[in-house]
Amino acid sequence: MSVELSETTLRYGDGPVVLDGLTESIQPGEFVALLGASGCGKSSLLNVLAGLLEPTGGSVEVPDDGAAFMFQDPTLLPWLTAQDNVELALRLAGVPRAERSGRARELIDLVQLGHARTKKPHEMSGGMRQRVALARALAQRRRLLLMDEPFAALDAITRDMLHEELRAIWQRTGMTIVFVTHNVREAIRLAGRILVLSSHPGRVIDTRTITDDFRADPARAAALAAELTDVLRKEQFKHEHLDR
Amino acid sequence: MSTLIDERSRTGPDPEGAIAPPARSSASRPRRGALARAWSKAAPPLAAVVVLVSLWQIAAWASPMRDDLFPGPGAVLATAGRVVGDGTLPSAAATSLWRGLSGFAVALVIATPLALALAHAPWLRRAVGPLVSALQVLPSVAWVPAAIIVFGLTDATIYAVILLGAIPSIVNGLLAGIDMIPGQYRALSHVLGARRLQHILLVELPAALPGYVSGLRQGWAFSWRSLMAAELIAVGGSLGLGVGSLLQRGRDLADLGLVALIILVILAIGIVVELLVFAPWERRLLAGRGLSPKGADA
Repeated sequence: MSVELSETTLRYGDGPVVLDGLTESIQPGEFVALLGASGCGKSSLLNVLAGLLEPTGGSVEVPDDGAAFMFQDPTLLPWLTAQDNVELALRLAGVPRAERSGRARELIDLVQLGHARTKKPHEMSGGMRQRVALARALAQRRRLLLMDEPFAALDAITRDMLHEELRAIWQRTGMTIVFVTHNVREAIRLAGRILVLSSHPGRVIDTRTITDDFRADPARAAALAAELTDVLRKEQFKHEHLDR
Repeated sequence: MSTLIDERSRTGPDPEGAIAPPARSSASRPRRGALARAWSKAAPPLAAVVVLVSLWQIAAWASPMRDDLFPGPGAVLATAGRVVGDGTLPSAAATSLWRGLSGFAVALVIATPLALALAHAPWLRRAVGPLVSALQVLPSVAWVPAAIIVFGLTDATIYAVILLGAIPSIVNGLLAGIDMIPGQYRALSHVLGARRLQHILLVELPAALPGYVSGLRQGWAFSWRSLMAAELIAVGGSLGLGVGSLLQRGRDLADLGLVALIILVILAIGIVVELLVFAPWERRLLAGRGLSPKGADA
Protein backbone atom coordinates (compact mmCIF):
# COMPACT_ATOMS: atom_id res chain seq x y z
CA MET A 1 0.00 0.00 0.00
CA SER A 2 1.20 3.49 -0.77
CA VAL A 3 -1.92 5.62 -0.23
CA GLU A 4 -5.21 4.49 1.21
CA LEU A 5 -8.23 6.77 1.46
CA SER A 6 -11.20 5.43 3.34
CA GLU A 7 -14.41 7.49 3.40
CA THR A 8 -12.22 10.59 3.55
CA THR A 9 -14.26 13.72 4.06
CA LEU A 10 -13.20 17.35 4.29
CA ARG A 11 -15.04 20.55 4.94
CA TYR A 12 -13.76 23.95 5.98
CA GLY A 13 -15.58 24.99 9.16
CA ASP A 14 -19.31 25.18 8.53
CA GLY A 15 -18.80 25.56 4.77
CA PRO A 16 -19.87 23.08 2.12
CA VAL A 17 -18.36 19.61 1.97
CA VAL A 18 -15.20 19.73 -0.17
CA LEU A 19 -14.35 16.04 -0.25
CA ASP A 20 -17.19 13.62 0.24
CA GLY A 21 -16.35 10.13 1.44
CA LEU A 22 -13.45 9.38 -0.91
CA THR A 23 -12.36 5.76 -0.89
CA GLU A 24 -9.39 5.00 -3.08
CA SER A 25 -6.24 2.96 -3.04
CA ILE A 26 -3.00 3.93 -4.80
CA GLN A 27 -0.39 1.22 -5.19
CA PRO A 28 3.37 1.70 -4.76
CA GLY A 29 4.99 2.92 -7.95
CA GLU A 30 1.74 4.14 -9.49
CA PHE A 31 1.53 7.45 -11.34
CA VAL A 32 -1.96 8.73 -10.63
CA ALA A 33 -3.44 11.96 -11.96
CA LEU A 34 -6.22 13.67 -10.04
CA LEU A 35 -8.21 15.42 -12.74
CA GLY A 36 -10.95 17.88 -11.98
CA ALA A 37 -12.41 21.26 -12.76
CA SER A 38 -11.02 24.30 -10.97
CA GLY A 39 -12.17 24.47 -7.38
CA CYS A 40 -13.31 20.84 -7.18
CA GLY A 41 -11.10 20.05 -4.20
CA LYS A 42 -8.21 18.23 -5.84
CA SER A 43 -5.59 20.49 -4.25
CA SER A 44 -7.37 20.07 -0.90
CA LEU A 45 -7.08 16.32 -1.31
CA LEU A 46 -3.37 16.67 -1.98
CA ASN A 47 -2.99 18.84 1.12
CA VAL A 48 -4.76 16.15 3.14
CA LEU A 49 -2.32 13.56 1.80
CA ALA A 50 0.60 15.85 2.69
CA GLY A 51 -0.69 16.35 6.22
CA LEU A 52 -1.20 20.07 5.63
CA LEU A 53 -4.95 19.62 6.26
CA GLU A 54 -6.68 17.28 8.66
CA PRO A 55 -9.62 15.37 7.16
CA THR A 56 -12.89 15.97 8.99
CA GLY A 57 -13.97 12.38 8.50
CA GLY A 58 -12.70 8.98 7.42
CA SER A 59 -9.06 8.00 7.36
CA VAL A 60 -5.94 8.58 5.28
CA GLU A 61 -2.90 6.35 5.19
CA VAL A 62 0.33 7.37 3.53
CA PRO A 63 3.82 5.83 3.78
CA ASP A 64 5.45 6.12 7.19
CA ASP A 65 8.07 8.56 5.90
CA GLY A 66 5.38 10.95 4.65
CA ALA A 67 5.32 12.56 1.23
CA ALA A 68 7.41 14.94 -0.80
CA PHE A 69 5.42 17.85 -2.15
CA MET A 70 5.74 20.08 -5.16
CA PHE A 71 3.62 23.21 -5.14
CA GLN A 72 2.05 24.97 -8.11
CA ASP A 73 4.33 27.88 -7.30
CA PRO A 74 7.95 26.69 -7.03
CA THR A 75 8.21 28.27 -3.55
CA LEU A 76 11.97 28.51 -3.75
CA LEU A 77 13.61 30.52 -1.00
CA PRO A 78 14.76 33.70 -2.76
CA TRP A 79 17.91 34.21 -0.70
CA LEU A 80 19.29 30.77 -1.60
CA THR A 81 20.86 29.57 -4.83
CA ALA A 82 19.45 26.58 -6.71
CA GLN A 83 22.08 24.38 -5.06
CA ASP A 84 21.35 25.79 -1.59
CA ASN A 85 17.59 25.32 -2.00
CA VAL A 86 18.18 21.64 -2.70
CA GLU A 87 20.75 21.35 0.10
CA LEU A 88 18.22 22.77 2.55
CA ALA A 89 15.83 19.92 1.74
CA LEU A 90 18.68 17.43 2.21
CA ARG A 91 19.59 19.01 5.54
CA LEU A 92 15.99 18.80 6.77
CA ALA A 93 15.86 15.21 5.55
CA GLY A 94 18.74 14.44 7.90
CA VAL A 95 21.44 13.96 5.26
CA PRO A 96 24.89 14.44 6.88
CA ARG A 97 26.60 17.72 6.07
CA ALA A 98 29.48 16.06 4.22
CA GLU A 99 27.12 14.40 1.74
CA ARG A 100 24.78 17.30 1.05
CA SER A 101 26.77 19.22 -1.50
CA GLY A 102 27.46 16.17 -3.68
CA ARG A 103 23.89 14.93 -3.47
CA ALA A 104 22.48 18.35 -4.31
CA ARG A 105 24.86 18.56 -7.25
CA GLU A 106 23.62 15.21 -8.56
CA LEU A 107 19.98 16.23 -8.22
CA ILE A 108 20.57 19.56 -9.94
CA ASP A 109 22.28 17.68 -12.76
CA LEU A 110 19.36 15.26 -12.88
CA VAL A 111 16.96 18.10 -13.69
CA GLN A 112 19.49 19.46 -16.21
CA LEU A 113 20.41 22.60 -14.35
CA GLY A 114 24.10 21.89 -13.81
CA HIS A 115 24.99 25.21 -15.40
CA ALA A 116 22.66 27.18 -13.12
CA ARG A 117 23.40 25.75 -9.69
CA THR A 118 24.69 29.09 -8.37
CA LYS A 119 21.77 31.11 -9.69
CA LYS A 120 19.15 32.52 -7.37
CA PRO A 121 15.44 32.15 -8.13
CA HIS A 122 15.06 35.65 -9.55
CA GLU A 123 17.82 34.87 -12.04
CA MET A 124 15.99 31.84 -13.42
CA SER A 125 13.05 31.35 -15.76
CA GLY A 126 9.78 29.79 -14.57
CA GLY A 127 10.76 26.43 -16.04
CA MET A 128 14.15 26.48 -14.34
CA ARG A 129 12.57 27.33 -11.02
CA GLN A 130 10.20 24.38 -11.33
CA ARG A 131 13.13 22.11 -12.15
CA VAL A 132 14.83 23.23 -8.94
CA ALA A 133 11.57 22.61 -7.07
CA LEU A 134 11.50 19.11 -8.59
CA ALA A 135 15.10 18.49 -7.53
CA ARG A 136 14.22 19.69 -4.04
CA ALA A 137 11.20 17.37 -3.92
CA LEU A 138 13.41 14.46 -4.99
CA ALA A 139 15.94 15.43 -2.31
CA GLN A 140 13.39 14.54 0.32
CA ARG A 141 13.91 10.89 -0.59
CA ARG A 142 10.28 9.95 0.04
CA ARG A 143 8.49 7.09 -1.69
CA LEU A 144 5.45 9.29 -2.39
CA LEU A 145 5.61 12.50 -4.42
CA LEU A 146 2.61 14.83 -4.43
CA MET A 147 2.48 17.40 -7.21
CA ASP A 148 -0.05 20.23 -7.22
CA GLU A 149 -0.39 21.48 -10.80
CA PRO A 150 3.36 22.12 -10.88
CA PHE A 151 3.53 22.98 -14.57
CA ALA A 152 0.32 25.00 -14.86
CA ALA A 153 2.05 28.35 -15.12
CA LEU A 154 4.61 27.28 -17.71
CA ASP A 155 4.54 27.74 -21.47
CA ALA A 156 3.64 24.73 -23.62
CA ILE A 157 7.16 23.93 -24.81
CA THR A 158 8.69 24.04 -21.34
CA ARG A 159 5.79 21.99 -19.97
CA ASP A 160 6.32 19.42 -22.69
CA MET A 161 10.00 19.03 -21.79
CA LEU A 162 9.26 18.76 -18.11
CA HIS A 163 6.61 16.09 -18.81
CA GLU A 164 9.29 13.98 -20.48
CA GLU A 165 11.72 14.51 -17.64
CA LEU A 166 9.15 13.72 -15.00
CA ARG A 167 8.16 10.48 -16.75
CA ALA A 168 11.82 9.50 -17.03
CA ILE A 169 12.47 10.25 -13.37
CA TRP A 170 9.38 8.32 -12.31
CA GLN A 171 10.40 5.31 -14.38
CA ARG A 172 13.88 5.31 -12.92
CA THR A 173 12.94 5.89 -9.29
CA GLY A 174 9.79 3.78 -9.14
CA MET A 175 8.30 6.28 -6.72
CA THR A 176 4.55 6.79 -6.33
CA ILE A 177 3.34 10.05 -7.84
CA VAL A 178 0.00 11.74 -7.29
CA PHE A 179 -0.29 14.57 -9.79
CA VAL A 180 -3.08 17.13 -9.59
CA THR A 181 -4.11 18.82 -12.82
CA HIS A 182 -7.08 20.31 -14.61
CA ASN A 183 -5.36 19.71 -17.95
CA VAL A 184 -6.80 16.58 -19.57
CA ARG A 185 -3.95 16.14 -22.06
CA GLU A 186 -1.38 16.47 -19.30
CA ALA A 187 -3.13 13.76 -17.28
CA ILE A 188 -3.26 11.38 -20.26
CA ARG A 189 0.35 12.09 -21.14
CA LEU A 190 1.73 11.45 -17.67
CA ALA A 191 -0.43 9.13 -15.63
CA GLY A 192 -1.00 5.41 -15.55
CA ARG A 193 -4.37 6.02 -13.95
CA ILE A 194 -6.63 9.04 -13.99
CA LEU A 195 -9.12 9.72 -11.21
CA VAL A 196 -11.74 12.24 -12.31
CA LEU A 197 -13.15 14.30 -9.45
CA SER A 198 -16.59 15.88 -9.43
CA SER A 199 -17.18 19.41 -8.21
CA HIS A 200 -18.84 20.22 -4.90
CA PRO A 201 -18.62 17.86 -3.28
CA GLY A 202 -15.45 16.22 -4.57
CA ARG A 203 -15.98 12.57 -5.36
CA VAL A 204 -14.26 10.21 -7.78
CA ILE A 205 -16.76 9.97 -10.63
CA ASP A 206 -14.58 8.20 -13.18
CA THR A 207 -11.38 6.17 -13.27
CA ARG A 208 -9.34 5.52 -16.41
CA THR A 209 -6.28 3.38 -16.84
CA ILE A 210 -3.80 4.65 -19.41
CA THR A 211 -1.31 2.20 -20.85
CA ASP A 212 1.77 3.13 -22.86
CA ASP A 213 0.14 1.55 -25.92
CA PHE A 214 -2.90 3.74 -25.43
CA ARG A 215 -0.72 6.82 -25.06
CA ALA A 216 1.14 5.92 -28.25
CA ASP A 217 -2.10 5.93 -30.24
CA PRO A 218 -2.87 9.59 -30.96
CA ALA A 219 -6.43 8.91 -32.16
CA ARG A 220 -7.45 7.03 -29.03
CA ALA A 221 -5.70 9.54 -26.77
CA ALA A 222 -7.46 12.41 -28.53
CA ALA A 223 -10.83 10.69 -28.23
CA LEU A 224 -10.31 10.16 -24.49
CA ALA A 225 -9.18 13.76 -24.09
CA ALA A 226 -12.37 14.96 -25.80
CA GLU A 227 -14.49 12.70 -23.64
CA LEU A 228 -12.87 13.77 -20.37
CA THR A 229 -12.94 17.43 -21.39
CA ASP A 230 -16.67 17.10 -21.88
CA VAL A 231 -17.00 15.60 -18.40
CA LEU A 232 -14.98 18.43 -16.89
CA ARG A 233 -16.95 21.04 -18.81
CA LYS A 234 -20.17 19.71 -17.33
CA GLU A 235 -18.64 19.67 -13.87
CA GLN A 236 -17.39 23.22 -14.31
CA PHE A 237 -20.85 24.31 -15.43
CA LYS A 238 -22.38 22.62 -12.41
CA HIS A 239 -19.81 24.29 -10.15
CA GLU A 240 -20.43 27.74 -11.59
CA HIS A 241 -24.20 27.69 -12.01
CA LEU A 242 -25.96 24.99 -10.02
CA ASP A 243 -23.99 25.40 -6.79
CA ARG A 244 -24.93 29.05 -6.36
CA MET B 1 17.97 7.64 -5.42
CA SER B 2 21.76 7.66 -5.56
CA THR B 3 21.67 4.74 -7.99
CA LEU B 4 19.39 6.69 -10.20
CA ILE B 5 21.66 9.67 -10.11
CA ASP B 6 24.66 7.54 -10.97
CA GLU B 7 22.80 6.19 -13.96
CA ARG B 8 21.78 9.57 -15.15
CA SER B 9 24.14 12.40 -14.58
CA ARG B 10 23.58 14.12 -17.87
CA THR B 11 23.89 17.82 -17.99
CA GLY B 12 23.31 20.18 -20.81
CA PRO B 13 22.42 23.67 -21.75
CA ASP B 14 19.06 24.79 -20.47
CA PRO B 15 16.77 25.22 -23.44
CA GLU B 16 14.59 27.66 -21.60
CA GLY B 17 17.40 30.06 -20.94
CA ALA B 18 17.92 32.02 -17.79
CA ILE B 19 16.65 35.44 -16.96
CA ALA B 20 19.70 37.59 -16.80
CA PRO B 21 20.11 39.44 -13.51
CA PRO B 22 19.50 43.17 -13.79
CA ALA B 23 23.16 44.01 -13.15
CA ARG B 24 24.25 41.99 -16.17
CA SER B 25 21.47 43.20 -18.42
CA SER B 26 22.93 46.66 -18.23
CA ALA B 27 26.31 45.46 -19.49
CA SER B 28 25.60 46.79 -22.95
CA ARG B 29 25.26 50.32 -21.63
CA PRO B 30 28.33 52.53 -21.74
CA ARG B 31 30.45 51.69 -18.68
CA ARG B 32 31.14 54.51 -16.29
CA GLY B 33 33.95 54.51 -13.82
CA ALA B 34 33.26 53.87 -10.16
CA LEU B 35 34.44 57.40 -9.43
CA ALA B 36 31.98 58.92 -11.89
CA ARG B 37 29.12 56.87 -10.44
CA ALA B 38 30.05 57.88 -6.89
CA TRP B 39 30.27 61.51 -7.97
CA SER B 40 26.87 61.41 -9.66
CA LYS B 41 25.39 60.12 -6.41
CA ALA B 42 27.26 62.48 -4.11
CA ALA B 43 26.92 65.63 -6.18
CA PRO B 44 23.24 66.49 -5.48
CA PRO B 45 23.47 66.29 -1.64
CA LEU B 46 26.85 68.08 -1.70
CA ALA B 47 25.37 70.84 -3.81
CA ALA B 48 22.47 71.13 -1.36
CA VAL B 49 24.93 71.43 1.56
CA VAL B 50 26.95 74.11 -0.25
CA VAL B 51 23.77 76.09 -1.00
CA LEU B 52 22.55 75.81 2.60
CA VAL B 53 25.92 76.84 4.09
CA SER B 54 26.13 79.76 1.66
CA LEU B 55 22.64 80.92 2.62
CA TRP B 56 23.60 80.57 6.30
CA GLN B 57 26.72 82.70 5.77
CA ILE B 58 24.78 85.35 3.84
CA ALA B 59 22.15 85.43 6.58
CA ALA B 60 24.88 85.82 9.24
CA TRP B 61 26.46 88.73 7.33
CA ALA B 62 23.10 90.36 6.77
CA SER B 63 21.79 89.79 10.29
CA PRO B 64 21.74 92.74 12.68
CA MET B 65 22.20 90.23 15.58
CA ARG B 66 25.52 89.95 17.40
CA ASP B 67 27.93 87.25 16.21
CA ASP B 68 27.63 85.26 19.44
CA LEU B 69 23.82 85.18 19.05
CA PHE B 70 23.84 84.24 15.37
CA PRO B 71 27.24 82.74 14.45
CA GLY B 72 28.00 82.09 10.80
CA PRO B 73 29.70 78.98 9.41
CA GLY B 74 33.11 80.54 9.90
CA ALA B 75 32.54 81.05 13.64
CA VAL B 76 31.27 77.47 14.00
CA LEU B 77 34.33 76.23 12.13
CA ALA B 78 36.54 78.14 14.54
CA THR B 79 34.73 76.53 17.50
CA ALA B 80 35.23 73.14 15.84
CA GLY B 81 38.95 73.79 15.58
CA ARG B 82 39.06 74.65 19.29
CA VAL B 83 37.11 71.61 20.62
CA VAL B 84 38.79 69.20 18.24
CA GLY B 85 42.20 70.64 19.05
CA ASP B 86 41.82 70.21 22.82
CA GLY B 87 40.40 66.70 22.32
CA THR B 88 36.99 67.47 23.84
CA LEU B 89 34.90 66.70 20.75
CA PRO B 90 36.69 63.48 19.64
CA SER B 91 36.48 62.12 23.16
CA ALA B 92 32.79 63.02 23.53
CA ALA B 93 31.96 61.59 20.10
CA ALA B 94 33.78 58.34 20.93
CA THR B 95 31.93 58.08 24.26
CA SER B 96 28.55 58.65 22.62
CA LEU B 97 29.26 56.29 19.73
CA TRP B 98 30.32 53.54 22.11
CA ARG B 99 27.18 54.05 24.21
CA GLY B 100 24.97 54.13 21.14
CA LEU B 101 26.46 51.05 19.50
CA SER B 102 26.74 48.93 22.65
CA GLY B 103 23.23 49.95 23.76
CA PHE B 104 21.92 49.12 20.31
CA ALA B 105 23.63 45.71 20.40
CA VAL B 106 22.04 44.90 23.77
CA ALA B 107 18.65 46.08 22.43
CA LEU B 108 19.13 43.74 19.47
CA VAL B 109 19.84 40.77 21.74
CA ILE B 110 16.74 41.47 23.83
CA ALA B 111 14.36 42.49 21.03
CA THR B 112 14.98 39.59 18.65
CA PRO B 113 13.83 36.71 20.88
CA LEU B 114 11.04 38.94 22.21
CA ALA B 115 9.74 39.51 18.67
CA LEU B 116 9.98 35.79 17.88
CA ALA B 117 8.06 34.97 21.07
CA LEU B 118 5.35 37.48 20.14
CA ALA B 119 5.17 36.09 16.60
CA HIS B 120 4.72 32.52 17.81
CA ALA B 121 2.45 33.07 20.81
CA PRO B 122 -0.73 34.81 19.63
CA TRP B 123 -2.04 35.25 23.18
CA LEU B 124 1.23 36.95 24.19
CA ARG B 125 1.06 39.20 21.16
CA ARG B 126 -2.53 40.15 21.95
CA ALA B 127 -1.45 40.97 25.51
CA VAL B 128 1.88 42.73 24.92
CA GLY B 129 1.77 43.79 21.26
CA PRO B 130 -0.23 47.00 21.76
CA LEU B 131 2.04 47.96 24.64
CA VAL B 132 5.15 47.54 22.48
CA SER B 133 3.58 49.70 19.77
CA ALA B 134 2.62 52.32 22.34
CA LEU B 135 6.19 52.38 23.69
CA GLN B 136 7.42 53.13 20.18
CA VAL B 137 5.28 56.26 20.15
CA LEU B 138 6.42 57.45 23.59
CA PRO B 139 9.27 60.01 23.30
CA SER B 140 12.41 58.53 24.89
CA VAL B 141 13.08 61.78 26.75
CA ALA B 142 10.10 60.93 28.96
CA TRP B 143 12.09 58.03 30.42
CA VAL B 144 15.06 60.13 31.47
CA PRO B 145 13.74 61.51 34.80
CA ALA B 146 12.55 58.06 35.86
CA ALA B 147 15.89 56.48 34.87
CA ILE B 148 17.84 59.13 36.83
CA ILE B 149 15.73 58.46 39.93
CA VAL B 150 16.23 54.70 39.63
CA PHE B 151 19.87 54.52 38.47
CA GLY B 152 21.26 57.92 39.44
CA LEU B 153 23.75 59.76 37.27
CA THR B 154 25.44 56.63 35.94
CA ASP B 155 25.81 54.92 32.59
CA ALA B 156 22.90 52.65 33.56
CA THR B 157 20.58 55.63 33.13
CA ILE B 158 21.85 56.21 29.60
CA TYR B 159 21.56 52.53 28.65
CA ALA B 160 18.07 52.20 30.16
CA VAL B 161 16.83 55.07 27.99
CA ILE B 162 18.52 53.65 24.88
CA LEU B 163 16.97 50.21 25.43
CA LEU B 164 13.50 51.59 26.05
CA GLY B 165 13.81 53.64 22.87
CA ALA B 166 15.26 50.99 20.57
CA ILE B 167 13.66 47.71 21.63
CA PRO B 168 10.07 48.53 20.52
CA SER B 169 11.27 49.55 17.03
CA ILE B 170 13.31 46.39 16.53
CA VAL B 171 10.48 44.20 17.84
CA ASN B 172 7.93 45.83 15.57
CA GLY B 173 10.26 45.64 12.56
CA LEU B 174 10.89 41.93 12.97
CA LEU B 175 7.21 41.28 13.66
CA ALA B 176 6.27 43.15 10.47
CA GLY B 177 8.87 41.12 8.56
CA ILE B 178 7.47 37.84 9.91
CA ASP B 179 3.88 38.93 9.19
CA MET B 180 4.81 39.50 5.56
CA ILE B 181 6.28 36.04 5.00
CA PRO B 182 4.21 34.14 2.41
CA GLY B 183 2.07 31.47 4.07
CA GLN B 184 3.45 28.99 1.56
CA TYR B 185 6.81 29.03 3.39
CA ARG B 186 5.24 27.46 6.46
CA ALA B 187 3.70 24.75 4.28
CA LEU B 188 7.10 24.27 2.65
CA SER B 189 8.79 23.84 6.02
CA HIS B 190 6.13 21.31 6.97
CA VAL B 191 6.51 19.18 3.85
CA LEU B 192 10.30 19.38 4.09
CA GLY B 193 10.01 18.01 7.62
CA ALA B 194 11.43 21.06 9.43
CA ARG B 195 11.05 21.17 13.17
CA ARG B 196 9.85 24.41 14.68
CA LEU B 197 13.30 25.72 15.56
CA GLN B 198 14.60 24.75 12.11
CA HIS B 199 11.69 26.59 10.51
CA ILE B 200 12.46 29.70 12.56
CA LEU B 201 16.21 29.68 11.94
CA LEU B 202 16.36 28.46 8.35
CA VAL B 203 13.19 29.88 6.83
CA GLU B 204 11.41 32.42 8.97
CA LEU B 205 14.29 34.65 10.07
CA PRO B 206 15.97 34.83 6.63
CA ALA B 207 12.58 35.49 5.02
CA ALA B 208 11.85 38.26 7.53
CA LEU B 209 15.28 39.84 7.11
CA PRO B 210 14.19 42.82 4.96
CA GLY B 211 11.62 43.83 7.60
CA TYR B 212 14.13 43.08 10.33
CA VAL B 213 16.72 45.37 8.74
CA SER B 214 14.13 48.16 8.50
CA GLY B 215 13.42 47.62 12.18
CA LEU B 216 17.13 47.71 13.01
CA ARG B 217 17.58 50.89 11.04
CA GLN B 218 14.71 52.49 12.91
CA GLY B 219 16.01 50.97 16.16
CA TRP B 220 19.38 52.60 15.59
CA ALA B 221 17.72 55.96 14.92
CA PHE B 222 15.76 55.61 18.16
CA SER B 223 18.92 54.51 20.03
CA TRP B 224 20.77 57.57 18.85
CA ARG B 225 17.93 59.96 19.62
CA SER B 226 17.37 58.37 23.03
CA LEU B 227 21.07 58.63 23.79
CA MET B 228 21.11 62.33 22.94
CA ALA B 229 18.04 62.95 25.09
CA ALA B 230 19.63 61.09 28.00
CA GLU B 231 23.04 62.77 27.67
CA LEU B 232 21.39 66.16 27.39
CA ILE B 233 19.52 65.79 30.65
CA ALA B 234 21.68 63.41 32.67
CA VAL B 235 24.94 65.30 33.23
CA GLY B 236 27.45 64.98 36.05
CA GLY B 237 27.94 62.19 38.57
CA SER B 238 30.04 59.33 37.21
CA LEU B 239 28.85 60.03 33.67
CA GLY B 240 31.50 60.59 31.03
CA LEU B 241 31.11 63.54 28.68
CA GLY B 242 29.12 62.61 25.59
CA VAL B 243 28.06 64.66 22.59
CA GLY B 244 24.69 65.39 24.19
CA SER B 245 26.43 66.63 27.35
CA LEU B 246 28.56 68.90 25.19
CA LEU B 247 25.37 70.32 23.73
CA GLN B 248 24.17 71.06 27.26
CA ARG B 249 27.53 72.69 28.05
CA GLY B 250 27.08 74.95 25.01
CA ARG B 251 23.68 75.95 26.31
CA ASP B 252 25.02 76.65 29.81
CA LEU B 253 27.77 78.83 28.36
CA ALA B 254 25.36 80.51 25.91
CA ASP B 255 27.85 79.39 23.23
CA LEU B 256 25.65 79.15 20.15
CA GLY B 257 28.67 78.28 18.01
CA LEU B 258 29.26 75.16 20.11
CA VAL B 259 25.55 74.30 20.10
CA ALA B 260 25.36 74.61 16.30
CA LEU B 261 28.53 72.55 15.93
CA ILE B 262 27.24 69.73 18.16
CA ILE B 263 23.90 69.65 16.31
CA LEU B 264 25.86 69.22 13.08
CA VAL B 265 28.04 66.50 14.63
CA ILE B 266 24.96 64.58 15.89
CA LEU B 267 23.44 64.83 12.42
CA ALA B 268 26.68 63.79 10.74
CA ILE B 269 27.13 60.69 12.90
CA GLY B 270 23.54 59.62 12.16
CA ILE B 271 24.10 60.09 8.42
CA VAL B 272 27.46 58.28 8.44
CA VAL B 273 26.03 55.21 10.20
CA GLU B 274 23.09 55.20 7.78
CA LEU B 275 25.32 55.53 4.71
CA LEU B 276 28.06 53.14 5.83
CA VAL B 277 26.00 50.45 7.55
CA PHE B 278 22.28 50.31 6.91
CA ALA B 279 21.93 51.61 3.36
CA PRO B 280 24.57 49.23 1.84
CA TRP B 281 23.29 46.32 3.96
CA GLU B 282 19.71 46.81 2.81
CA ARG B 283 20.78 47.36 -0.79
CA ARG B 284 22.82 44.14 -0.84
CA LEU B 285 20.07 42.21 0.91
CA LEU B 286 17.35 43.27 -1.50
CA ALA B 287 19.53 42.92 -4.59
CA GLY B 288 20.32 39.34 -3.54
CA ARG B 289 16.60 38.60 -3.71
CA GLY B 290 15.97 40.36 -6.99
CA LEU B 291 14.32 43.32 -5.29
CA SER B 292 15.15 47.01 -5.46
CA PRO B 293 15.30 49.29 -2.46
CA LYS B 294 12.79 52.15 -2.55
CA GLY B 295 14.21 55.17 -4.27
CA ALA B 296 17.05 53.20 -5.86
CA ASP B 297 18.29 54.22 -9.25
CA ALA B 298 16.54 52.50 -12.07
